[in-house]
Amino acid sequence: MAQSSQATGGLESVPALLQRNASEFGGKPAYREKEFGIWQCWTWSETEKEIESLALGFINLGVQEGDFIAIIGRNRPCFYWTIVAAQSVGAIPVPLYQDAAAEEMAFVMDHCGARFAVVEDQEQVDKVIEIQERLHQFEHMIYVDPRGMRKYDHHKLHRFVDIQEQGRAAYYEFIEDLTARRGKLDYDSVCVMLYTSGTTGNPKGVVLSNRNIIEASRSSAEFDNLQQGEEVLAYLPMAWVGDFIFSIGQAYWCGFCVNCPESADTMQTDLREIGPTYYFAPPRVFENQLTNVMIRMEDAGRLKKWLFDTFMAHARKVGPDILDGKSVSAWDRLKYTIGSFLVYGPLKDTLGLGRVRVGYTAGEAIGPEIFDFYRSLGINLKQLYGQTEASVFITLQPDGEVRSDTVGVAAPGVEIRISEDGEVFYRGPGTFEYYYKNAESTKKTKDENGWVATGDAGFFEEGSGHLRIIDRAKDVGKMADGKLFAPKYVENKLKFFPNILEAVVFGNNRSECTAFINIDLNAVGNWAERNNIGYASYQELAGHPRVLETMREHVEDVNRSLAEDPMLSHCQVHRFAVLHKELDADDGEITRTRKVRRGVVADKYEDIIAALYDGSEEVSTTTEVTYEDGRKGAISATLKVCDAQVVPVGPARQEAAE
Amino acid sequence: MLDATEGYITEDGRNIGGVVMEMHNITLRFGGVVAIKDISFDIREGEIRAIIGPNGAGKSSMLNVISGFYNPQEGEVWYKGAKRPPMKPYQVARQGIARTFQNIALFDGMSVLDNIMTGRIRQMQAGLLAQALWKGKAEQEEVENREAVEKIIDFLEIQHIRKTPVGRLPYGLKKRVELARALAAEPSILLLDEPMAGMNVEEKEDMSRFVLDVNDEFGTTIALIEHDMGVVMDLSDRVVVMDYGKKIGDGSPDEVRNNQAVIDAYLGVAHD
Repeated sequence: MAQSSQATGGLESVPALLQRNASEFGGKPAYREKEFGIWQCWTWSETEKEIESLALGFINLGVQEGDFIAIIGRNRPCFYWTIVAAQSVGAIPVPLYQDAAAEEMAFVMDHCGARFAVVEDQEQVDKVIEIQERLHQFEHMIYVDPRGMRKYDHHKLHRFVDIQEQGRAAYYEFIEDLTARRGKLDYDSVCVMLYTSGTTGNPKGVVLSNRNIIEASRSSAEFDNLQQGEEVLAYLPMAWVGDFIFSIGQAYWCGFCVNCPESADTMQTDLREIGPTYYFAPPRVFENQLTNVMIRMEDAGRLKKWLFDTFMAHARKVGPDILDGKSVSAWDRLKYTIGSFLVYGPLKDTLGLGRVRVGYTAGEAIGPEIFDFYRSLGINLKQLYGQTEASVFITLQPDGEVRSDTVGVAAPGVEIRISEDGEVFYRGPGTFEYYYKNAESTKKTKDENGWVATGDAGFFEEGSGHLRIIDRAKDVGKMADGKLFAPKYVENKLKFFPNILEAVVFGNNRSECTAFINIDLNAVGNWAERNNIGYASYQELAGHPRVLETMREHVEDVNRSLAEDPMLSHCQVHRFAVLHKELDADDGEITRTRKVRRGVVADKYEDIIAALYDGSEEVSTTTEVTYEDGRKGAISATLKVCDAQVVPVGPARQEAAE
Repeated sequence: MLDATEGYITEDGRNIGGVVMEMHNITLRFGGVVAIKDISFDIREGEIRAIIGPNGAGKSSMLNVISGFYNPQEGEVWYKGAKRPPMKPYQVARQGIARTFQNIALFDGMSVLDNIMTGRIRQMQAGLLAQALWKGKAEQEEVENREAVEKIIDFLEIQHIRKTPVGRLPYGLKKRVELARALAAEPSILLLDEPMAGMNVEEKEDMSRFVLDVNDEFGTTIALIEHDMGVVMDLSDRVVVMDYGKKIGDGSPDEVRNNQAVIDAYLGVAHD
C-alpha cells in the first residue's frame, strides 16, 4: 500500500488542492448558497481567502496542531470552509450529526476531546452548553447565526465572522505560522475523523488520512469521468462520509461547485434550480420522489394521465436499454424520443434531475421498480457499495452494467475477497488508518495486511463478476430447524412497497418468522384521504382495519415471492404487527443513517414480539419516546397482531433445494 | 412604581423604555352593550404586554381600540406623548402600529411572498404611473422592499413556502405568514390577536419562540391577546386582566397569578 503522491502531482492535502484550485480555476464558482432568496456565489479564489482568514482566526484563538474541532451544522459553505481551515492549521475536523441530541454529542465530543466547536445557531449552542461541564478539554465555541445570541456570555463564545475578522487583522502576525503548518501536511496526516453511528455499541471515530480521501476521490472521479464543471447539491449530513467525499474530496480534486440549499425544507426547490450534474441520494429520497410523482399523477387530468401512463410503459420497456446503449428498434427509439419531449424531459426537470450525468444510490437496497423508474427516464442512476472505513468506495457499477440487485465491481485500486463464511473483505487506498482511541476494534476490523472486514455477507455473481450483498453477517442467523435466516432480505422486499416505511423481521432461533411494520405516513395518509378514511394521528392510521388489511396483502405478496426462492422460502412472515410509532433515531431504534438497531428494537418491544409468537390477537403496550429537545414521554397503544397466509413449501421442492 | 419616562432592564437583560402608549379611562359601547368600561393601562417601549381574560371579556375590542378600528365613546388614547385624535385604521398603521388577526386575514390567492410584500405598503413612495411602468424609483423600491421581506422570511423560517399560494397552507403556517406581513411594516408596536389560537403544542412553542425573537432582535413593542395562560405567563413582561369589560388586574405575571379577582374570574364565582 505504498501509493506515492506522484499520481496526484504532489498534491498531498486538501489545503494544497485548494491552493491549486484557486490558482487554476480562480474565477470559477466553488460554492453557492441560497440566502434571502438569491443564490450567493463564492469563486475558488474568494473561497481561498475566506478559508485563509478563518485559519488565521483559528491560530489567533489558540488552535494547536493536532487539536480536534467539532463541526455541528447543516450543509453550508462556512462549515466546509471550517473543515479546510482546520486542516490548514493542522487540526482535525470532526463533523457531527446536527440533529443528534445533546447526550449523543457528549459522547463524541468527550471521546475526541474537542477543544473547539464551530456550530450553526442557538439551538446547537444550547446543546453544547448543556454538555460543556462534562467536557474537560472543551474551550471555545464559534457560532454562525447570531440570532438570539446577544444575551449569552461571550467570554468563550465567538461569532464566525468575528473570528475571520480577527484573522484578517492578525494577518502579518500569523501568516508565516499558517504557511509553515500547511507545509507540514502530507499524505499521512489526518484529513478528517468521522464517527460511524454503528448499529451496536458506541460510535467509533474513523480516522481518514489525506491519502485515503485524495486517492479515493481521484480514482472514483476518474471512474465516472467527473469534470471541473460538475454541479452537486450538498444536502446529506456533513457527518456522513459520503458527503465528505462528494463535497470535499471529489469537489476539491476536480474543482467543481458545491451548492448548499437554503434550508432543509427547500431542498426540492433548490434541486430544481441548480439541476446538478452529479447527484447522490439514499434510496429513501428516490422512493419519496417517486411516491410524490405518483400521488400528483393521481390528481392530474385525463389526458395528462393517459400520456404519462402510455409513455412510462414504453420507457420501462426500452428506456434502460437505450441508456445502456443496447440496440433498440427504430420505431421504439422514435417513440422514446417523442416521450422525452412530452413526458420524460419535463418530469426530469420537475424532479431536478434533468442534467444528471451520473447519479448514485447506496446505503440500502433500492427497490427494483424504483431503480428502473429512474433509469427508464434516462437518468444514469447507479449503485455503489461502501462504508466509512473505506472512504466510501468498495464497489461501483460501471456505465452499461447497471442492475438493481448487485452493487457492481471492485472500485479502482480496491481488492475484494470473500472469506470462507461468506463475509466480504476489502483493502485499498481508501482503507482507513485506525479507530481513534480504540485499538481493540481496529484490530478486530483491520488485519495487519490491511484487509478490512465489512461485516456484510455477500458473494460474487457467476458470469457478471458483480458483487451481491445478502445481509449484515451478524444478522444472518439460523431458524430453529437450522435453516438460513436473512432478515434484511425479507425486510427489503417489504420496504419496496411505498406504503411500508420500515420493517423489522424476527426469526433467529425461532420456528417461524414474524415482522414489525412501520407505515409510510405520506403514502398511506394520501391513500386514506382518497378513500375518505378519517384519522387523527399516526397511531390511529396505523391501527386502522383497512390499513392492516393492505399490509396483510403486502406481506402475503412478499410471502409468495419468497416461496419461489428455494433458499429463503422458509423465511415467510407468519404474523406481523403494525407499530404505533415510527422507529426513530432520537429513540435509538435506528441510526442517524436510518439503519435498524435490531438489539434495541427487540428489547424495547419485547412484549409485542412475545405476542407475535404466543398466538394472542392483541397486545397492549406502553413505549417511551424521546422528543427532539431530549425530553421523554410515553405513548400507549393496543396493537392488533395479524396473521398472514404463507405459501406451503412442499417437501419435494425442499429436497430439491437442499 | 416607575415613572412614565423611566426605563428598566428585565431579568433576562432586555431594555424596557418609557411609556409609549397610554389608555386613559376608555369606555366603548355598542348601543346598550358596554364592551369596555373605564379601562386605563399603559404600554412601555420594548415590552411584551399581554391582555388576557375569559371569553367575552372585551379583549379584542380593546385591541381594536388600540389599532384604531373602534373609536371609544369616552377616554383618550395617548401615543408617543401626544393625544391621538379619532383615526381611521390606515392612519394608525401609518403611525407604526401593525396587527395580526384572530381569524387570519390574508389574501388566499396570492403567494406568501406577495402577501408579505403588501405589508411594505408604508415604505412604497413611488406614484401609480411609476409603479405601472416599473421604472426608476419604483424598480429600486421593489428591490429594497423585497430584500427586507426576504430577511423576514429568513427570520420566520418560511423559505420553503415563499412561492406557495397562502390558501394552500396549513393553519399554523398561515399564522406565521400573518406575523411576517405585520413585521414587514417595521412597526413600533405590534398587536397580536390570539397568535396561538388553534395551534398544537409544537406550533405554540414555535410561535412563542418567534414572538420572543421579534421582541429581542428588533426591539418591537408587542401587545398580545392570548387564551393560553401558560403561554402568556411565559412570554409577557406585564399582563392586563379583563373580565366583563372591566380591568380586574394589572402587573407582572406573578402578581396577576396571585390576584384573587383574577383567580375568581378564571375559576368562576357569582357576579353581582
